[in-house]
Amino acid sequence: MNSSERIKVALSHREADRVPYVLSASMHPAREMGISIKEYFSSPDNVVEGQLRLIKKFGNDVASCYPFAAFEIEAWGGDVIYFDDGPPNAGAPIIRKPEMILSIEPPDVRTNRVLQSVLRATAKLKEHVGDRTLVAGVIISPLSLPVMQMGFESYINLIYERPDLMEHLMKLNIGYCKEWANAQLEAGAATILYYDPLFSPTIMSDDIRHKYGITAAAELMVRINGSMLMHMASGRGLPIMEEIIEAGFAGMSASAEDDLRELKNRSIGKITLVGNLNALEMRHWSSSEAEKNVKRALAQAASGGGFILSDNHGEIPFLVDEEILLAVRDAVHKWGEYPMTWIEEFEL
Amino acid sequence: MLETGTTVKEFAESLLCMNLEQCRFLLKDQLALESGQYAVEEIITPALEKIGQGWENGNISLSQVYMAGRISERIVDELLPVYHSSKQGNLKIAIGVLEDYHALGKRMVISALRSSGYSVTDYGHGIKVDEMVSRALRDRVDILLVSCLMLSSALRVKEVVDKIGDKNRNAVIVVGGAPFRLDPVLWKETGAHHMGKNSADAVKIVNSLTEKGEGL
Repeated sequence: MNSSERIKVALSHREADRVPYVLSASMHPAREMGISIKEYFSSPDNVVEGQLRLIKKFGNDVASCYPFAAFEIEAWGGDVIYFDDGPPNAGAPIIRKPEMILSIEPPDVRTNRVLQSVLRATAKLKEHVGDRTLVAGVIISPLSLPVMQMGFESYINLIYERPDLMEHLMKLNIGYCKEWANAQLEAGAATILYYDPLFSPTIMSDDIRHKYGITAAAELMVRINGSMLMHMASGRGLPIMEEIIEAGFAGMSASAEDDLRELKNRSIGKITLVGNLNALEMRHWSSSEAEKNVKRALAQAASGGGFILSDNHGEIPFLVDEEILLAVRDAVHKWGEYPMTWIEEFEL
Repeated sequence: MLETGTTVKEFAESLLCMNLEQCRFLLKDQLALESGQYAVEEIITPALEKIGQGWENGNISLSQVYMAGRISERIVDELLPVYHSSKQGNLKIAIGVLEDYHALGKRMVISALRSSGYSVTDYGHGIKVDEMVSRALRDRVDILLVSCLMLSSALRVKEVVDKIGDKNRNAVIVVGGAPFRLDPVLWKETGAHHMGKNSADAVKIVNSLTEKGEGL
């Protein structure tokens, strides 16, 4: 069974040959290639090469040429701040005053240099992997994108103080997200990761999620030409699981702060879980701790399919040693083959 | 006179509903009977602690904690414009985001501290280690709160602790932010003196430091 088949079987809530997994070590190839993170992401060819290395070295069952969240702000005309050992951050907000929302134009996906470079990389990656490995596209949701567009504080103030402008901004972002997601699907992505940290009750109150988050997701669900998986970074999802299922998402992120067993009980046959290794703690795992954490996650969530092992944030820190990632890989291969009869005797 | 416990609960509920009028009413009512210090220490601060705990327990969202802090700060500015925590004395408190650009947590801590009557110098965000150290030493900061959202920034707190410690052994470094919450041992690795899980925690820590007279 190849990776793509394995993922499809997992998504259809059946047991494949083994549990599929993704180590979201998107910056690690830069180290292996001997270049800075900035240089790595500056070229689509580097990113394609990096993804192929992740598949070869760590055995990722999903690949993606989406570089990092803050690049969206570059597409919108803003700046990105690079670090030598961490993820790039968005620079100064592009919406400096709320009233700018009325005049700002989203980038044209067909001509925007930054977005086009990701599409070229996606197409090239797809050429390389063919149907063997699933290529994922990523969008930052209309609800979460304004954190970078405006700065988090200004955005929360906008939500509560200027609902008129908030509506306008959501409409703008929904239009952009639809174009961007569909372009990635056309370029060769098989599914879209809907990155929406603000959908989680960790971050946003229920009333705002219902009014804007669910509305945006529902609208995009019918306008995007492919399946979507909800990802809330490390945000908890258990309290709102049924909302995510009802919205039509094929999968959802599982936070390290959620009870994975409880998530699994409520997900069976309905939604695939993706998670929930704590990538921050990974930094000081030993190989045996890596194995123990993998086993725990498999025991809690892998039975019956509907589970993709991954880290819980969607990004493994650059400072996590490669040896630990290899240990996670080895543990999945050792313990993740179906049927996992060892689970019956495993103490959770 | 309303019992304090009832008023704290009511004040917290009014904050969560973002009912500014009700918050003003409850505080004015208490101010008519007691001092500003009482209002801050027995109502506002405990209400924000309750809300912070609610976030830790998963019952309240970060956006609600932020708005509660903002409303509290506004109420304190309106109704207690000259109130200054007696605990602070001459202690200098400063806060900054080390290296990265995620500033919401810092803003929430500032709101919570100001709502509790503390003066805080804001060093902003995206500050490098050497700049943070030189400003803290120049300003003779007694309590430095460092906020981080990236692991790489969090690990650099160690340099801040070491460099400040070399010149001012009495300065206390308090850290906070997602990396410290999600990796409970991280803050100890950096040598920081305390870690706050949320903005109300930061107030508790500063309260305990000022009560002990630390950083003097």
